[in-house]
Amino acid sequence: MPDIVIIGAGPAGIRAAETLAEQRLPVTLVDEGERGGGQIYRRQPAGFRRSYASLYGSEAGKAKALHDTFDRLKARIDYRPNTLAWNIADNVLHTVTGAVARRLRFDAAILATGATDRLIPVDGWTTPGVYSLGAAQIALKAQACAIGGAVVFMGTGPLLYLVACQYVKAGARVAAVLDTSPLSARHQALPRLLTSRPGLALRGLRLILQLRSAGIPVETGITPLAIANDGANVTGLRYRSSSGEIEELACDAVGLGYHLRPETQLADLAGCALSFDETSRLWLPKTDPDGRASVAGLYLAGDGARIAGADAAEISGRLAAYAVLADLGHGVPESKRRALHRAARRLERFRLALAQAFPWPHWLAGEIADEVLVCRCEKISAGELRHAATTLGAAELNRAKAFSRVGMGRCQGRYCGTIAAEIVAATCGRPVDGVGRLRGQAPVKPLPLATTAEEAA
Amino acid sequence: MSEKADVLIIGGGLMGAASAFFLRQRGLSVLLVEHDRIGQQASGVNFGNVRRHGRPAEQMELSNRAHEIWTKLPALVGEDCEFLRTGHLRVGYHEADEEALADYASSVRDFGLGLEILGRKALNERFSQVSEKVKVASFSPYCAHANPRITAPAFGRAAARLGAKIFEQTICESFGRAGADFEIHTRDGRRFQAATLLLTCGAWTGAMAAQFGETVPLAVRGPQMGVTEPMPYALKPVIGVFTEKLEQMIYLRQIKRGNVVFGGGGRGPASTATRRASVDPTITLNQFRQLRELVPALGRLRLIRVWSGVESYLPDDRPVMGESAAVPGLFYAFGFCGHGFQLGPGVGATMAELIATGRTSIPIAPYTIGRFGSGQGTERSSSRRLH
Repeated sequence: MPDIVIIGAGPAGIRAAETLAEQRLPVTLVDEGERGGGQIYRRQPAGFRRSYASLYGSEAGKAKALHDTFDRLKARIDYRPNTLAWNIADNVLHTVTGAVARRLRFDAAILATGATDRLIPVDGWTTPGVYSLGAAQIALKAQACAIGGAVVFMGTGPLLYLVACQYVKAGARVAAVLDTSPLSARHQALPRLLTSRPGLALRGLRLILQLRSAGIPVETGITPLAIANDGANVTGLRYRSSSGEIEELACDAVGLGYHLRPETQLADLAGCALSFDETSRLWLPKTDPDGRASVAGLYLAGDGARIAGADAAEISGRLAAYAVLADLGHGVPESKRRALHRAARRLERFRLALAQAFPWPHWLAGEIADEVLVCRCEKISAGELRHAATTLGAAELNRAKAFSRVGMGRCQGRYCGTIAAEIVAATCGRPVDGVGRLRGQAPVKPLPLATTAEEAA
Repeated sequence: MSEKADVLIIGGGLMGAASAFFLRQRGLSVLLVEHDRIGQQASGVNFGNVRRHGRPAEQMELSNRAHEIWTKLPALVGEDCEFLRTGHLRVGYHEADEEALADYASSVRDFGLGLEILGRKALNERFSQVSEKVKVASFSPYCAHANPRITAPAFGRAAARLGAKIFEQTICESFGRAGADFEIHTRDGRRFQAATLLLTCGAWTGAMAAQFGETVPLAVRGPQMGVTEPMPYALKPVIGVFTEKLEQMIYLRQIKRGNVVFGGGGRGPASTATRRASVDPTITLNQFRQLRELVPALGRLRLIRVWSGVESYLPDDRPVMGESAAVPGLFYAFGFCGHGFQLGPGVGATMAELIATGRTSIPIAPYTIGRFGSGQGTERSSSRRLH
């Protein structure tokens, strides 16, 4: 029997595991979380009793279906929760559970590693009370907590409005929603949004209407200037409005985020080729339409391959499983596969339209003041990074990292890497794909030195 | 386009960059051609040990020359390269190690290392973080460590300020002759020529030397490096284990920011073709075990990054340094067997002296490329300037 491993138990990983288990193939599912479900359909901790409707709103049915599938599946597969995949090479996945390291040899691996927040530093962003949008949502979903008593959500992308609405619905006070995307971009993208996924596009519009009817100021085309603090906590926020006026708002917490970025480290460590995606200005693993990576035996699915959301993740998870089946010489239901491809193409059109409606505001890279920290792990400022890029001649991102330490800390550039590239590019007057990307280095996340190999334990 | 100078250096690692710097100090014009970026391979990825302790007596004059230069970096190249004189502690897990450590100390007693042999009591008093399992240690107070990522580039920039012409991302495609001069042709069609050619390309030098009829048994491997998250700065000396067992042979240093850098316990695969080297996860996990044995408090930290790079090794654990045994005007400095970082500035000064004056007081005869018995090259040396 072939060894198949799936990394990540979100929508993509669960659908992939389900598809393979239906063919009675042995599957090992490795997940960092305590309970399957991933992030967008994150399950509340045991003992919490909120309803699906209150947790997932319009997506409650999908969340329930996915969780039910997973609960039925769990006993039939080798499911390993609380397990970090810290390295991958030569058809071996290296995992750690607690302090025990294990080697998992595989013939096929589906990387369904999901995404994290994409951030842009602004003066004051490291003040306690500033959270990423994703973290603000997790606080609500997992712990039923709001990040503050008067929250401003700032950034861009659909998650900005979704999280703001979830906060309003949960009874939290939202002081404002500030979007860096100009209104004109949204108007231009609207026809494509409506034709590719009319239902979802209308739900998105409804979110904005809900916020407005709750009396919450929603602004577009803003430029973030600073998050004010009293030396300890967030006290307010300053921004420039689309008409150029400097505005100030009082708040005690900020949810910050500009779309998501795929977690590509495992694909990178495995040697998969990545290519620059002009639309998102991100480096994405190259795949064929079924999710095959450039390295034989490796497959990608879900937001870890490209940010297209939960529905697309379920589809790509099934497609990657079909690809594994086909490559292992099993039959694949061609009509189902073709239907999934059709759906995937429609969702891809929606992804491109969303990127047009809510562009990643790379132009802010030039606005970040020299004193503002870019790499918070290593406490490196934008000025220090610019010094490396100019005076020290590091016009390439890994070189700038070597000289400045940006991206050398605990997060290994997962949070600062994309904006650091924009800063180096803007400083050197080069296109952002011309400055490269941070090369992945193990471990994927910090690995305790207390870790012992299983055979030695 | 054609460039001409007194000396053409191929390879911008620490050896090449420091040679360029000291050649300019001596007034010779210099072209330095680097395949990628200055200091990106072995010079940039090593552990950062600025250590004389443990080197054989035959290497001590070269090492001492480097030692002098390291303390003067701010005046010479404009920055200290995070040079930190913390001392180096070589520890043994067996009481019987004391004799070997003492024998070593007496073998180098004329070179000013100031070694002290420490027993359990002294270790408790002075280096209490070190495990009780360590029975004896040799402490070298003047040894130090520095940041390899920034050192070779600092020498490169300083050389450029003195007038060396540095060509990064310039790929040497073939060697030829232009009259009496060496001439190289680059992939993008440029030509560089000089009467003197210095090859300092680390692991890549083997293939080049072969083109001049000199073959060396160069092995290509990668160091296995790692770094932890930061903890308060407390572990001052660089620590290395004195042992015959490869898996126990690890070393570590804490930098002022708090991170602990470590390596050892074996080497990994590396390739001159892909220009990449990898870290073997099995070695990383063994390093964890060894680090916990050596400094138990480290067991509470987490690893945040591993790395490697392309290094070259020779069977007698000695580098190649000096003039070609086959071709007049051709010089080498490569194959530093994983311990070239401390030597680097001294190698640069010595190669510059040798090229500029035809001689050096540093005893480098053991490092001649001729020791591999391949001096029967296509071009025979008519005049030997080495003595």
